[in-house]
Amino acid sequence: MVYLTRKAEFSASHYYHNPQFSAEENQRVFGKCNNPNGHGHNYTLEVTVKGEVDPRSGFVVDLKQLKETMHREVLDAMDHRFLNKEVPEFFHRIPTTENLAISIWQRLSPKLTRAKLHRVRVYETPDLFVDFYGEA
Amino acid sequence: MFSASHRLHSEALSAAENVATYGKCNNPYGHGHNYVLEVTVSGPVDESTGMVCNLTDLDGFVQREILERFDQQNLNCLPEFRNAVPTTENLCIAIYDILQRGFRLAHLEKVRFEETMMNSFEYAGGNEVIV
Repeated sequence: MVYLTRKAEFSASHYYHNPQFSAEENQRVFGKCNNPNGHGHNYTLEVTVKGEVDPRSGFVVDLKQLKETMHREVLDAMDHRFLNKEVPEFFHRIPTTENLAISIWQRLSPKLTRAKLHRVRVYETPDLFVDFYGEA
Repeated sequence: MFSASHRLHSEALSAAENVATYGKCNNPYGHGHNYVLEVTVSGPVDESTGMVCNLTDLDGFVQREILERFDQQNLNCLPEFRNAVPTTENLCIAIYDILQRGFRLAHLEKVRFEETMMNSFEYAGGNEVIV
Protein backbone atom coordinates (compact mmCIF):
# COMPACT_ATOMS: atom_id res chain seq x y z
CA MET A 1 0.00 0.00 0.00
CA VAL A 2 1.39 3.39 -1.05
CA TYR A 3 -0.06 6.76 -0.11
CA LEU A 4 -0.05 9.60 -2.61
CA THR A 5 -0.81 13.23 -1.78
CA ARG A 6 -1.67 15.89 -4.30
CA LYS A 7 -1.90 19.58 -3.39
CA ALA A 8 -4.01 22.34 -4.87
CA GLU A 9 -4.76 25.91 -3.87
CA PHE A 10 -7.94 27.92 -4.08
CA SER A 11 -9.12 31.24 -2.77
CA ALA A 12 -12.60 31.84 -1.45
CA SER A 13 -14.57 34.02 0.90
CA HIS A 14 -16.96 33.03 3.66
CA TYR A 15 -18.51 34.11 6.92
CA TYR A 16 -19.75 32.21 9.93
CA HIS A 17 -23.35 32.61 10.99
CA ASN A 18 -25.88 30.28 12.60
CA PRO A 19 -29.47 31.46 12.02
CA GLN A 20 -30.53 29.61 15.17
CA PHE A 21 -28.30 31.86 17.28
CA SER A 22 -29.22 35.38 18.29
CA ALA A 23 -27.15 38.21 16.84
CA GLU A 24 -25.28 38.44 20.15
CA GLU A 25 -24.59 34.71 20.23
CA ASN A 26 -23.33 34.76 16.64
CA GLN A 27 -21.02 37.60 17.52
CA ARG A 28 -19.82 35.90 20.69
CA VAL A 29 -19.21 32.50 19.06
CA PHE A 30 -17.82 33.61 15.71
CA GLY A 31 -16.32 37.03 16.47
CA LYS A 32 -14.83 38.78 13.44
CA CYS A 33 -15.75 35.80 11.25
CA ASN A 34 -19.44 36.76 11.67
CA ASN A 35 -19.05 39.83 9.41
CA PRO A 36 -21.86 39.24 6.85
CA ASN A 37 -19.84 40.79 4.07
CA GLY A 38 -17.42 37.91 4.36
CA HIS A 39 -13.67 37.63 4.38
CA GLY A 40 -11.29 35.45 2.39
CA HIS A 41 -8.56 32.86 2.62
CA ASN A 42 -6.04 31.19 0.37
CA TYR A 43 -6.89 27.57 1.05
CA THR A 44 -4.39 24.79 0.44
CA LEU A 45 -6.00 21.44 -0.20
CA GLU A 46 -4.10 18.18 0.21
CA VAL A 47 -5.81 15.04 -1.02
CA THR A 48 -4.27 11.71 0.00
CA VAL A 49 -5.26 8.47 -1.71
CA LYS A 50 -4.00 4.98 -0.98
CA GLY A 51 -3.74 1.78 -2.96
CA GLU A 52 -1.50 -0.92 -4.30
CA VAL A 53 1.02 -0.09 -7.01
CA ASP A 54 -0.17 -1.35 -10.41
CA PRO A 55 2.71 -3.61 -11.56
CA ARG A 56 2.22 -2.59 -15.19
CA SER A 57 2.30 1.17 -14.75
CA GLY A 58 4.06 1.57 -11.39
CA PHE A 59 1.25 3.97 -10.39
CA VAL A 60 -1.20 3.92 -7.50
CA VAL A 61 -3.29 6.39 -9.42
CA ASP A 62 -2.79 8.56 -12.49
CA LEU A 63 -1.74 11.90 -10.98
CA LYS A 64 -3.09 13.79 -13.96
CA GLN A 65 -6.52 12.22 -13.50
CA LEU A 66 -6.43 12.96 -9.75
CA LYS A 67 -5.51 16.57 -10.49
CA GLU A 68 -8.34 16.86 -13.03
CA THR A 69 -10.83 15.31 -10.59
CA MET A 70 -9.77 17.76 -7.85
CA HIS A 71 -10.15 20.67 -10.25
CA ARG A 72 -13.50 19.54 -11.64
CA GLU A 73 -15.12 18.56 -8.32
CA VAL A 74 -13.61 21.13 -5.96
CA LEU A 75 -11.71 24.01 -7.50
CA ASP A 76 -14.18 24.74 -10.30
CA ALA A 77 -16.92 25.01 -7.66
CA MET A 78 -15.03 26.84 -4.92
CA ASP A 79 -12.14 28.88 -6.33
CA HIS A 80 -12.91 32.61 -6.25
CA ARG A 81 -16.37 31.99 -4.80
CA PHE A 82 -18.29 33.21 -1.79
CA LEU A 83 -18.81 29.82 -0.16
CA ASN A 84 -22.00 30.76 1.74
CA LYS A 85 -23.77 32.05 -1.35
CA GLU A 86 -22.34 30.07 -4.26
CA VAL A 87 -21.58 26.54 -3.03
CA PRO A 88 -24.84 24.65 -2.41
CA GLU A 89 -23.74 22.64 0.65
CA PHE A 90 -23.01 25.89 2.47
CA PHE A 91 -26.40 27.49 1.86
CA HIS A 92 -27.50 25.86 5.14
CA ARG A 93 -24.22 24.66 6.65
CA ILE A 94 -21.59 26.94 8.15
CA PRO A 95 -18.51 26.97 5.88
CA THR A 96 -15.97 26.34 8.61
CA THR A 97 -12.77 24.61 7.56
CA GLU A 98 -14.11 21.48 9.31
CA ASN A 99 -17.23 21.48 7.12
CA LEU A 100 -15.16 22.37 4.09
CA ALA A 101 -12.99 19.27 4.59
CA ILE A 102 -16.13 17.10 4.94
CA SER A 103 -17.69 18.65 1.86
CA ILE A 104 -14.55 18.08 -0.21
CA TRP A 105 -14.43 14.45 0.98
CA GLN A 106 -18.05 13.97 -0.09
CA ARG A 107 -17.37 15.53 -3.48
CA LEU A 108 -14.23 13.49 -4.19
CA SER A 109 -14.89 10.10 -2.59
CA PRO A 110 -17.44 8.80 -5.13
CA LYS A 111 -15.32 10.02 -8.04
CA LEU A 112 -12.15 8.16 -7.09
CA THR A 113 -12.29 4.65 -8.47
CA ARG A 114 -8.67 3.52 -8.90
CA ALA A 115 -7.47 4.35 -5.39
CA LYS A 116 -9.23 4.87 -2.07
CA LEU A 117 -9.53 8.31 -0.56
CA HIS A 118 -7.54 8.32 2.70
CA ARG A 119 -7.44 11.90 3.93
CA VAL A 120 -8.59 15.37 3.03
CA ARG A 121 -6.47 18.11 4.61
CA VAL A 122 -7.49 21.73 4.23
CA TYR A 123 -5.22 24.56 5.32
CA GLU A 124 -7.20 27.71 6.02
CA THR A 125 -3.98 29.58 6.78
CA PRO A 126 -0.41 28.26 7.01
CA ASP A 127 -0.95 27.93 10.78
CA LEU A 128 -4.28 26.10 10.77
CA PHE A 129 -5.46 22.97 9.05
CA VAL A 130 -8.20 20.36 9.38
CA ASP A 131 -7.92 16.64 8.58
CA PHE A 132 -10.91 14.48 7.66
CA TYR A 133 -10.63 10.71 7.20
CA GLY A 134 -14.23 9.93 6.31
CA GLU A 135 -17.07 8.93 8.55
CA ALA A 136 -15.82 5.56 9.78
CA MET B 1 17.37 15.70 -1.03
CA PHE B 2 18.74 14.26 -4.23
CA SER B 3 18.35 15.12 -7.89
CA ALA B 4 17.81 12.42 -10.47
CA SER B 5 16.29 11.84 -13.86
CA HIS B 6 13.88 9.18 -14.96
CA ARG B 7 11.66 8.11 -17.78
CA LEU B 8 8.34 6.41 -17.13
CA HIS B 9 8.02 3.61 -19.64
CA SER B 10 6.64 0.13 -19.12
CA GLU B 11 7.69 -2.83 -21.25
CA ALA B 12 4.31 -4.35 -20.40
CA LEU B 13 2.54 -1.59 -22.35
CA SER B 14 2.47 -0.77 -26.07
CA ALA B 15 4.00 2.48 -27.32
CA ALA B 16 0.54 4.04 -27.55
CA GLU B 17 -0.41 2.81 -24.06
CA ASN B 18 2.84 4.19 -22.65
CA VAL B 19 2.07 7.62 -24.08
CA ALA B 20 -1.54 7.43 -22.88
CA THR B 21 -0.48 6.35 -19.37
CA TYR B 22 2.59 8.49 -18.78
CA GLY B 23 2.11 11.48 -21.09
CA LYS B 24 5.08 13.85 -20.89
CA CYS B 25 6.82 11.48 -18.48
CA ASN B 26 7.23 8.97 -21.34
CA ASN B 27 9.67 11.30 -23.17
CA PRO B 28 12.50 8.91 -24.21
CA TYR B 29 15.15 11.42 -23.14
CA GLY B 30 13.84 11.46 -19.60
CA HIS B 31 13.35 14.39 -17.23
CA GLY B 32 14.43 15.16 -13.69
CA HIS B 33 13.23 16.02 -10.21
CA ASN B 34 14.64 17.24 -6.94
CA TYR B 35 13.40 14.48 -4.67
CA VAL B 36 12.93 15.39 -1.02
CA LEU B 37 13.25 12.27 1.12
CA GLU B 38 11.89 11.98 4.66
CA VAL B 39 12.74 8.90 6.71
CA THR B 40 10.74 8.27 9.87
CA VAL B 41 12.07 5.88 12.52
CA SER B 42 10.68 5.07 15.94
CA GLY B 43 11.83 3.48 19.16
CA PRO B 44 12.16 3.98 22.88
CA VAL B 45 14.30 6.87 24.09
CA ASP B 46 17.65 5.52 25.25
CA GLU B 47 18.10 6.61 28.87
CA SER B 48 21.83 7.22 28.58
CA THR B 49 21.68 9.32 25.39
CA GLY B 50 18.13 10.71 25.39
CA MET B 51 17.90 9.63 21.75
CA VAL B 52 15.79 7.19 19.75
CA CYS B 53 18.84 6.70 17.58
CA ASN B 54 21.85 8.83 16.87
CA LEU B 55 20.93 11.11 13.97
CA THR B 56 24.55 10.98 12.84
CA ASP B 57 24.15 7.24 12.27
CA LEU B 58 20.90 7.73 10.34
CA ASP B 59 22.34 10.60 8.31
CA GLY B 60 25.47 8.57 7.57
CA PHE B 61 23.43 5.60 6.40
CA VAL B 62 21.19 7.73 4.17
CA GLN B 63 24.20 9.56 2.75
CA ARG B 64 26.16 6.39 2.06
CA GLU B 65 23.46 3.98 0.94
CA ILE B 66 20.96 6.31 -0.72
CA LEU B 67 22.23 9.76 -1.65
CA GLU B 68 25.60 8.59 -2.96
CA ARG B 69 23.88 5.98 -5.10
CA PHE B 70 20.85 7.95 -6.32
CA ASP B 71 21.95 11.61 -6.47
CA GLN B 72 22.68 12.90 -9.99
CA GLN B 73 21.76 9.56 -11.52
CA ASN B 74 19.31 8.33 -14.10
CA LEU B 75 16.98 6.12 -12.06
CA ASN B 76 16.21 3.89 -15.05
CA CYS B 77 19.89 2.82 -15.07
CA LEU B 78 19.91 1.65 -11.43
CA PRO B 79 19.46 -2.05 -10.57
CA GLU B 80 16.36 -1.24 -8.46
CA PHE B 81 14.54 -0.27 -11.65
CA ARG B 82 15.75 -2.97 -14.00
CA ASN B 83 12.32 -4.58 -13.75
CA ALA B 84 10.21 -1.76 -12.29
CA VAL B 85 9.12 1.59 -13.67
CA PRO B 86 10.82 4.37 -11.64
CA THR B 87 7.61 6.03 -10.52
CA THR B 88 7.84 7.71 -7.15
CA GLU B 89 5.62 4.92 -5.78
CA ASN B 90 8.29 2.38 -6.73
CA LEU B 91 11.06 4.73 -5.56
CA CYS B 92 9.43 4.82 -2.11
CA ILE B 93 9.36 1.03 -1.99
CA ALA B 94 12.98 0.71 -3.18
CA ILE B 95 14.28 3.19 -0.60
CA TYR B 96 12.18 1.62 2.16
CA ASP B 97 13.69 -1.77 1.30
CA ILE B 98 17.25 -0.39 1.46
CA LEU B 99 16.61 1.12 4.89
CA GLN B 100 14.74 -1.93 6.15
CA ARG B 101 17.60 -4.25 5.15
CA GLY B 102 20.48 -2.09 6.29
CA PHE B 103 19.54 0.29 9.09
CA ARG B 104 19.24 -1.65 12.33
CA LEU B 105 19.49 1.10 14.94
CA ALA B 106 15.78 2.01 15.12
CA HIS B 107 12.48 0.76 13.77
CA LEU B 108 11.71 2.05 10.28
CA GLU B 109 8.22 3.54 10.25
CA LYS B 110 7.92 5.05 6.82
CA VAL B 111 9.51 6.73 3.87
CA ARG B 112 8.04 9.88 2.34
CA PHE B 113 9.04 11.49 -0.93
CA GLU B 114 8.17 14.88 -2.32
CA GLU B 115 8.53 14.59 -6.07
CA THR B 116 7.40 18.18 -6.60
CA MET B 117 5.93 20.83 -4.31
CA MET B 118 2.49 19.52 -5.30
CA ASN B 119 3.00 15.73 -5.07
CA SER B 120 4.18 13.46 -2.30
CA PHE B 121 4.22 9.71 -1.66
CA GLU B 122 4.45 7.60 1.49
CA TYR B 123 5.22 3.93 2.08
CA ALA B 124 5.29 2.04 5.36
CA GLY B 125 6.14 -1.45 4.17
CA GLY B 126 2.53 -2.10 3.20
CA ASN B 127 1.27 -1.05 6.62
CA GLU B 128 -1.14 1.74 7.39
CA VAL B 129 0.67 5.05 7.64
CA ILE B 130 0.52 6.55 11.12
CA VAL B 131 -0.37 10.22 10.90
